[in-house]
Amino acid sequence: MSTASTSFIDRRTVVDWLGIAPFMIFALMFLIIPTLYLVSGAFFTPDGQFTFKNIADLFTPTIMSAYWISIKVSVASSLGGALIGFFLAWAIVLGGVPSWIRSGLLTFSGVASNFAGVPLAFSFLATLGRTGLVTVLLRDWFGFNLYSTGFNILSFFGLTITYMFFQIPLMVLILTPALDGMKKEWREASEILGASTWQYWRMVALPILWPSLMGTTLLLFANAFGAIATAYALTGSSLNIVPILLYAQIRGDVLHNANLGYALALGMIVITGISNILYILLRMRAERWQK
Amino acid sequence: MKPSKILAWTAIAVGVIYFFVPLIGTFEFSMRMRRGEYSFDAYQSVFADMQFRSTFGFSMLMALFTIILGMLLIVPTAYWVRLRLPQMRPVVEFITLMPLVIPAIVIVFGYLRLYNSSSWIPFTGSTQGTNILLVFSYITLSLPYMYRSVDTAMRTIDVRTLTEAAEILGAKWPTILFRCIFPNVMSGVLSGAFITFAIVMGEFTMAALLNRPAFGPYLQLIGANRAYEPAALAVIAFAITWLSMGLLQIVSRFGKLAPSRP
Repeated sequence: MSTASTSFIDRRTVVDWLGIAPFMIFALMFLIIPTLYLVSGAFFTPDGQFTFKNIADLFTPTIMSAYWISIKVSVASSLGGALIGFFLAWAIVLGGVPSWIRSGLLTFSGVASNFAGVPLAFSFLATLGRTGLVTVLLRDWFGFNLYSTGFNILSFFGLTITYMFFQIPLMVLILTPALDGMKKEWREASEILGASTWQYWRMVALPILWPSLMGTTLLLFANAFGAIATAYALTGSSLNIVPILLYAQIRGDVLHNANLGYALALGMIVITGISNILYILLRMRAERWQK
Repeated sequence: MKPSKILAWTAIAVGVIYFFVPLIGTFEFSMRMRRGEYSFDAYQSVFADMQFRSTFGFSMLMALFTIILGMLLIVPTAYWVRLRLPQMRPVVEFITLMPLVIPAIVIVFGYLRLYNSSSWIPFTGSTQGTNILLVFSYITLSLPYMYRSVDTAMRTIDVRTLTEAAEILGAKWPTILFRCIFPNVMSGVLSGAFITFAIVMGEFTMAALLNRPAFGPYLQLIGANRAYEPAALAVIAFAITWLSMGLLQIVSRFGKLAPSRP
């Protein structure tokens, strides 16, 4: 009797686990093992000896400058996106603008945050390129030559301003629910206690919001760091950012060392991984106030 | 007017200018092909291009396979996790979020090393194999979106009661899954499908590195070689994104109106 019931439980457990086996096998084959393969490859020489040399080789000037430009573009576009996105989210939640602007902006954000890649690069080339609409209008109407100021769409600044097209909407989409969660009572309580608007924001609202703000900014950072299509279509290979360097390495082993390529990939995973872990931690903190 | 209201309108104005000027600029540029006047020549040139049609069709087909296979993988998994393995939920959720952490270029780099023609499973050894690998790579990329939308839809129905009711009425597992669970999470399946469609149509990295003639690499090629067609293509791509997201909004609004059981 007891053996029968144990074997029944065992069979049931086995069936239970078999149910998610297809998903687990898929995840292992197409997500986890390919990634682990690169990560482990970063610690071996081409003939199979364990080594830290590949990691050490990342700290050479060419590769370091690629990481540095990538980090700069990602930081600038995530901070810019977070700042503008915050004010937009604030405007539609607490700024007292008509509700059709709110729904319009949220719908548009859903579209724009997915409008990335190659077409986005085309849009900004057509707008701020040498014969783009804004460049031409500034020249014809105001006699102002944008390109004589040293501006170039195919540069750090150009890439940053282009990335913000999907960074701002993402910030709006994630931050709007957080701002919606700010209780009216907090505002009223601080007003009754005699706080000014500035004091309310500095001592009540921002301390509650900062985990959301920081967390989302980190998410935007990781989002920009891994992006390649926009940068590649915009600048070709003239701007030396990590994803483009890795793309060239996969295409033609430009580093002349396959395992150094794995180390380059590992570096990307480490950077996006850390920012995502921090995002998750900050999100957990933020949710404490948004029950 | 209160200062906060002025600030709010300023923010809206900045946003509107930042978002609309590039869209207007793109549209204006796309009509400049004929000298001295506006025309739709660039669009005609794009639509007449055989390569446009073939790459567009190829990406549509890949998107279709991605959605069908992806949903056949995701819906039963999400259902099973809710019904039988709730303790595995954090693990499954974590796995589905990993493609947001690991850049696409890193994932495809792994594929190229692991599944090349001299490996155990030589996906990239043949055209058909590479196409299959491309579909799997797209499923991987869209995991976060598909799983999230299906799981959200599943939250509004009582999976356990539905399953028990179906079992009492004598339904077998395929019946429960395809005639009971799938129809009830259709709004989630469809919103996942539309976002997947938008992602796959514009995807560049995977298709370019796997050397498949998809729409993304075609866009890049045209961008490097033509003047006005890229702007026309950007307008078309924006329209596709707008269409998918619009349908998504309609579907999710429709899903919310459906009666949810307590």
